[in-house]
Amino acid sequence: MLKYTLRRILGMIPMLLLISIVVFSLALSMPGDPFGGEIDPNNTDPQYIEEMREKAGLNDPVHVQYGRWISNFMQGDFGESTRYKMPVAELIGERMPNTLFLGITSLVITYILAFVMGMYAGRKPYTTADNLIGGVNYLGLAVPSYIAGVFAIYFFSFKLGWFPFSGSVDITLQNGSFEYYLSRLHHVFLPAIVLGALGTASYTQFLRNDIIESSRKDYVRTARAKGTPETKIYNKHILRNSIIPLITFLGFDIVTLISGAIITEAIFTYPGIGQLFLDSINNRDYPVMMTLTMMFSFLVLFGNMIADLLYGIVDPRIRVD
Amino acid sequence: MNNFTDLQSQPPLLEVNNLETAFEIDGEWHNAVDNVSFQVKPKQVIGVVGESGCGKSVMSLSIMKLLPKGIGKIRNGDIKFNGINLEKLNDKEMNKVRGKDIAMIFQEPMTSLNPVFTIGFQLSESLHNHFNISKKDARKKVIHLLDKVGISRPEKVVDEYPHQLSGGMRQRVMIAMAIACEPKLLIADEPTTALDVTVQAQILELLQELQTTNDMSIILITHDLGVVAESCHEVIVMYAGEVVEQTDVVTLFESPKHPYTQLLMQSIPRMDQEEEVLASIEGIVPSLKNMPRQGCKFVDRCPKAMDECRSITPQLRESSPGHGVKCLLYETSWEQEGMKAK
Repeated sequence: MLKYTLRRILGMIPMLLLISIVVFSLALSMPGDPFGGEIDPNNTDPQYIEEMREKAGLNDPVHVQYGRWISNFMQGDFGESTRYKMPVAELIGERMPNTLFLGITSLVITYILAFVMGMYAGRKPYTTADNLIGGVNYLGLAVPSYIAGVFAIYFFSFKLGWFPFSGSVDITLQNGSFEYYLSRLHHVFLPAIVLGALGTASYTQFLRNDIIESSRKDYVRTARAKGTPETKIYNKHILRNSIIPLITFLGFDIVTLISGAIITEAIFTYPGIGQLFLDSINNRDYPVMMTLTMMFSFLVLFGNMIADLLYGIVDPRIRVD
Repeated sequence: MNNFTDLQSQPPLLEVNNLETAFEIDGEWHNAVDNVSFQVKPKQVIGVVGESGCGKSVMSLSIMKLLPKGIGKIRNGDIKFNGINLEKLNDKEMNKVRGKDIAMIFQEPMTSLNPVFTIGFQLSESLHNHFNISKKDARKKVIHLLDKVGISRPEKVVDEYPHQLSGGMRQRVMIAMAIACEPKLLIADEPTTALDVTVQAQILELLQELQTTNDMSIILITHDLGVVAESCHEVIVMYAGEVVEQTDVVTLFESPKHPYTQLLMQSIPRMDQEEEVLASIEGIVPSLKNMPRQGCKFVDRCPKAMDECRSITPQLRESSPGHGVKCLLYETSWEQEGMKAK
């Protein structure tokens, strides 16, 4: 297991190098440069701009620029945000707790909804309840988060006034107090519900279909033949087999947990990683943008590795030594 | 083998009367098991033979009430076990019978065990379902059971997963699971079909041995007449969901009456004769949808078919005491009826 993990981590290195080249090229091919919006090109001496470009190393050959960036990057120096004028690592670190909090809350909501609905629909397929669950799920899948988000804000914030519509915490409260944490929970609830509820569809339907499939397997008949109660057959014998394909989703979830939800965060003006990423693109904040893209890429690889390791834990047939 | 006459006098352990099991295909119900009746006496081994698709497995699943829900159901008849009508039991009550009084082993040992649980868990579940037994005691019993079915190093196998075992080993595990609660009746649905020939013999030997030590009855479903000759007391020959011949094993092999049985006998390869081509029965069992409604269902494949076979449905009648045959060749009444018609 340890050997396998190490091998997988080593295998990531060439992959990440390739990704870094792609990320760098893409950033380079974006129109504009870091001075866009910072320096007014009409009222500034072109010579000064040229001087600044030279100073920032933007006039160096591409491979030199890349080499500088990647060597700094590997040493843990992600650069300084051109917009916030602070180290990228610090900036990301500041936003991370918010995003993690939102991600975990929404994931918990997704899991609860998906397991309750999926297990029920799988046990009683083709009934009215199953069709209803399916309908609700596909509706959730079809509605984009920016629509659901806006509607949620309209009804629950403006009309009913139950939840705040922006921010991550009431700024008047003191950090660390009980009210402070309560306020954070209050703020995270609405975006988490939107994210969590919209994300249930694939989980629920996957689980449902796999439960239906598994319930026809020979080993289920064996379990019945030894007098195992129906509830135990579904909750133990079938479920344990049916969560195996869901592990794949879990790998992706690890990514979303940290990368945040770009659109939802933007709508709820929730200061998380997703919003930071969107801002960095709009403001040509290259260091932030490139660092985040690299981080997301790494997380995808990492999430897949975690999923592969989990397969081995859940399914004894593919246990790795 | 037990004395045959000795068995006759005892009250039956299992009694199946006029069993009719049907499957729904395109909105219509078709009988996969049609009017089957038989009895199993305590300590008796009954063989059920017939080729694929003739309703053997469906019959055994009917007894266990394990038919696929919604698609298959028992339409008629009753199944009495120790005098209790199994048809009247609900799921919860039936669960107390399944595994404890009647156990079953299946054709496919490769897929019949749950891949994600250890052998120990799956075996002890059988015990936990029916007895108040501690985990520690259950484990001891499981190791003992594994040893009993001839698995070497049972202390290790108990913690292994099904994929780590061979097909023969898995079938032994299935047998251990089935006998865990010492059932009175064991239904073995083609227990050796998926296994190597050498392993087949071992498994059959094991079943015979357990039958005598545990004093259980066995319904042995097979399409291998050699297996029947070796291990059964009574034989039921099934064709297209019906019983076509029913008698004790000696009579069946000495004087098979139904043309289908005779053909089955002929298709057993023999070592003492040189044969170029292995004898076989032409054609296949008609599918449920194409089953003839009238006349004998074997008529299209029968070498002795007569015109009347298409119009008159034969009944299972005793051609001699204890020997039932369902064939017009052994019925005389239809001739008389035919005469009257003329």
